[in-house]
Amino acid sequence: MSQQETDLEQLNVFDLSGFAKLITLLQEKGYTTVGPTVEEGAIVYDEIDSIEDLPIGLTDEQAGGKYELRKRNDHALFGYVVGPHSWKKFLNPAGLRLWQARRNGRSFEVLEQEAPAPSYAFIGARACELNAIAIQDRVFLKGSFVDSDYAGRRQNIFVVAVNCGQAGGTCFCDSMNAGPKAKSGYDLVLTEIKAQKRNLFVVEAGSEAGANLLHEVPHEPATEKQMARVSEVVSDAVAQMGRQLDTRDLQSLLYRNSGNGRWNEVAERCLACANCTMVCPTCFCSTVEDTTDLTGEHAERWRLWDSCFTQEFSYVHGGSVRSSISARYRQWITHKLASWVDQFGSSGCVGCGRCITWCPVGIDITEEIAALREADSGLSSILRTEEKE
Amino acid sequence: MAQSMAGPMVPAHYHVKKIKKETFDTFTIDLVPETRGEFTFAAGQFNMLYVFGIGEVPISISGDPALPATITHTVRSVGTVTNVMRTLKRGDGLGVRGPFGSAWPIQEATGNDVVIVAGGIGLAPLRPAMYEVLAQRQKFSNVALLYGTRSPADILFEDEIKKWRGHFDLDINITVDRATGGWYGNVGVVPTMIPKTPFDPAQTVAMICGPEIMIRFSVMALRERGVPDNKIFVSMERNMKCAVGFCGHCQFGPHFICKDGPVFRYSDIRHLFDIREV
Repeated sequence: MSQQETDLEQLNVFDLSGFAKLITLLQEKGYTTVGPTVEEGAIVYDEIDSIEDLPIGLTDEQAGGKYELRKRNDHALFGYVVGPHSWKKFLNPAGLRLWQARRNGRSFEVLEQEAPAPSYAFIGARACELNAIAIQDRVFLKGSFVDSDYAGRRQNIFVVAVNCGQAGGTCFCDSMNAGPKAKSGYDLVLTEIKAQKRNLFVVEAGSEAGANLLHEVPHEPATEKQMARVSEVVSDAVAQMGRQLDTRDLQSLLYRNSGNGRWNEVAERCLACANCTMVCPTCFCSTVEDTTDLTGEHAERWRLWDSCFTQEFSYVHGGSVRSSISARYRQWITHKLASWVDQFGSSGCVGCGRCITWCPVGIDITEEIAALREADSGLSSILRTEEKE
Repeated sequence: MAQSMAGPMVPAHYHVKKIKKETFDTFTIDLVPETRGEFTFAAGQFNMLYVFGIGEVPISISGDPALPATITHTVRSVGTVTNVMRTLKRGDGLGVRGPFGSAWPIQEATGNDVVIVAGGIGLAPLRPAMYEVLAQRQKFSNVALLYGTRSPADILFEDEIKKWRGHFDLDINITVDRATGGWYGNVGVVPTMIPKTPFDPAQTVAMICGPEIMIRFSVMALRERGVPDNKIFVSMERNMKCAVGFCGHCQFGPHFICKDGPVFRYSDIRHLFDIREV
């Protein structure tokens, strides 16, 4: 089969040189290539020049409040799961200038928008992260208002996804139906397989742009054996899920337990540090800051990531609505898993496990739901007994 | 719409036409657009007002929806932005985004008794509803305004309220929490006026705006009279940064106050009043 016959259905294979070529091509087409790379002992997302910048031969060990990089016994490019960063840092930056204005007599004028939206190629986005992007799309693009900055960045991205070959200690994407296999939202998806000590990537196009780019990368059709490896790799990851979350009836479980004593129990451990909301790939809350320079002639409006765990977040004249930490934790988890469904038609959780790993005291969303479920069933059995009597 | 094409977070340019002191800590500010155009809104909606270099605040619209040439807001100066705003002069520029949010159910109230319950600055977003009801008075049965403030000095729109009192077909009742010298009117909180007000509970639409505690007790008093929950409308307040559903601050259970509210049918949010710190 010639390369010209590459279509959206066909599975193909390329090796390291093919992958290197893919990154070069993206750069030549004007994309800023961003992907996993090691910084300060963690795998973060940042600009990468070549595959040399990827965390080759490394893996990450994750547990509640614990993250550690370790050497693998091979040279896998994607032999780890997700780190503290998510792609929202590129689509919805932590600090973004929304506009600037200058004084004009007794009034002011808003200055023309300067730079066009950047074009990012995401290298190595995981299934849970593609789902997280789709969730933020519903927040910023599908409501009554469209966030024009997000829209500009979003429409420019090229996504090279990677199917997970292993799951981490805090992963539960399988429970949230958000992975480990990428199902949509990518231009190309790779599955890393090993064959005679070579790194091979089974590649599938998910868009016209992906298929077109693949034409320019040397590749060959995948063999049946290689295709079979793709499903094996993914089922290996499913078998390794470190956590699980029982989603049955989750929305009403949370709604009917707003007064449960468990919230006070978790609040005794929670530091209200906001780490979980910063690392969460779907948390979108922000604050707005209006500033001026010293002359008072130039003003700017910035949008900064914010967190429902801070005291100020719910401040209205007279005090904060959610002054206790238990109310703030309840707000976060109830929003994430219940009211998100009312607001945007899906859960706000993709099971990436970041909030568990990066919680300094290891508070575990799956454990909290299990505890609430247990307290709830205890409560309902008491109510049932009372009814009988 | 003062919605810029450059994105929902960019304010449109307006300037001050008139600024008037209402009470010791409130003022009414009339704005006109820099470029020709009208500002249409529905009673109950709000705008985000931006003072250059200082910041932006959500303020409900207190003017007449039938007069779209100017937009009127009545503001209580309690923070950095509103304290600077009160010092603005005729001709000074100001940024406006809006109008945002849901409206009072004027249409639904047609043919019914109308009970408007306001506490303090909560009268501001209800004044447009009063204007609309007065403009088509014959479409409603009994119309009552129950308005309470902390003290006689806090009463807003005094001249206008006196005018309304001169109408034979309006039931205007004012009360204060604490009387001061020279006050011979009602003393007590707003909800205490509800049992004495003439309206048919089965044929009434009630609209409430004020401090949350006052809303809570007003709803209780209305229910006691037999007004059904789905005929009670309340305007809610939460912290708000963007007004377009992006910042997450104004969440009230599953609702965003900025786009699903601020006016809610009480039966839709009743359960949230039972949850502490929601």
